[in-house]
Amino acid sequence: MATLIDLVETPVRELNQALHTPGGADVWRILNPRGAHAVACGIREGLAVDIEGHVGYYCAGMNQRATVTVHGNAGTGVAENMMSGTVRVRGNASQSAGATGHGGLLAIDGDASARCGISMKGVDIVVGGDVGHMSAFMGQAGRLVVCGDAGDALGDSLYEARIYVRGSVKSLGADCVEKEMRDEHLAELAELLKAAERDEDPADFRRYGSARTLYHFKVDNLTAY
Amino acid sequence: MCGIVGLHLREPSLEPRLGELLTAMLGQVVERGPDSAGVAVYGDPRLSPPGRAVVSLLGVTPAEAEAALPGAVAVAADVTTVVHADLPVADLLAAVADALPHVTVIGSGTNMAVLKGTGNPVELADAFGLAAVTGWQGVGHTRMATESAVTPEGAHPFSVGPGQCLVHNGSFANHATIRRELRAQGVEFASENDSEVGARFVSHQLEQGADLEKALQLLCERFDGFYTLLVSTGDSFAVVRDAIACKPALVAETDAWVAMASEYRALDVLPGIENARIFEPEPEEVYVWRR
Repeated sequence: MATLIDLVETPVRELNQALHTPGGADVWRILNPRGAHAVACGIREGLAVDIEGHVGYYCAGMNQRATVTVHGNAGTGVAENMMSGTVRVRGNASQSAGATGHGGLLAIDGDASARCGISMKGVDIVVGGDVGHMSAFMGQAGRLVVCGDAGDALGDSLYEARIYVRGSVKSLGADCVEKEMRDEHLAELAELLKAAERDEDPADFRRYGSARTLYHFKVDNLTAY
Repeated sequence: MCGIVGLHLREPSLEPRLGELLTAMLGQVVERGPDSAGVAVYGDPRLSPPGRAVVSLLGVTPAEAEAALPGAVAVAADVTTVVHADLPVADLLAAVADALPHVTVIGSGTNMAVLKGTGNPVELADAFGLAAVTGWQGVGHTRMATESAVTPEGAHPFSVGPGQCLVHNGSFANHATIRRELRAQGVEFASENDSEVGARFVSHQLEQGADLEKALQLLCERFDGFYTLLVSTGDSFAVVRDAIACKPALVAETDAWVAMASEYRALDVLPGIENARIFEPEPEEVYVWRR
């Protein structure tokens, strides 16, 4: 039996305090988020939290161990800086989904908009639909899987994050290139799709990564500064 | 920051509720812009009776306005005075310039009134009497000033052409250059505010014969910086964002209305939102809805 919190009656700060207090309930159901910011942020334990409706900014930010499911759309920065656990968005996510995430899985069933996975540092992100421009910008580690199309400048200034796209890529960003899909990539992609409860065929995807030409300063560019 | 809300009604039976809905929307974006606010409302019979020219003024009381403008009716809304008269709009503007040279005109046209002030947006909406306003379209803005002073004149919307309004979240980088170019072409400016340049640019393009889509496409080509814009005219409601699209925007659409807001929570107050089509406007794509 889930502990029920209605955000029409309970302020978000009280909800988050309750989620942070050791020894509380393991299963939570949040009603009427109505676009509120910072819902279910900073959880450190393996709770299960279901949010029934659309949330505002930074939902499930900094998540550790918990499984947070948004049964609706999420605003800017859902699961930003998540460390572990699983965050699911059943609808669409706004810009900067999973920004700077260190670990865990962010699964978005719908579309994600601009800068999905910006500066990702180890998080896995699986998007069922499309992603907007500059997704995985400066991505350092982790995997971004896009089952739909990717917008402009995908993977701009990428470090070591790996990107898989099933549909079209409008354009690649600086230093992002298509790479060979080897068996180990097909295997990790299959695992990621399964974890995100998706049934796309890994063979339909292409892989993108860093050409690693921006790691060091090129003396040829000296006159540019 | 800054918060934007706008509501374009398709269903006439909702028109009596325009002000109530706009007030509720504005109340959800107060944190985005707590220093000042403004609204433009289209079709309220008290502020803008059908067939009469309307000017919205700062720096004058209703009594002073009525004394200086024979035949005109003045309505107070916080520090704004809305004046309407049975004249062509250009004649009423000329009469204001002649009789009240010290006042600032913050809006003109038919069927539209602009109300602006400084302070908490919820308190301002109350001072405007916004909840009682009726009509078919309204736009609102809560301001966190970055480019110029916190004054009623600096609050949005910027309304510089007949029935036209522009509200802006962001900052234009090359506004000084464009202001110089427009001045060279004879366009007059009332402030050093960057958003005013956007409004003057759009109004200038419309005057030159561009339609609203074209005017906003030209704005995208010419302006550098960050912007989410909501632009309204006597028959249209339009949204455009810059190429980077870091300033938030959401559109929700039903058979009864089209609404735009900086954040979802401002749309959640609308009737029928649970069945609305909700989407984020794409960068540099111009969206226009017409009456």
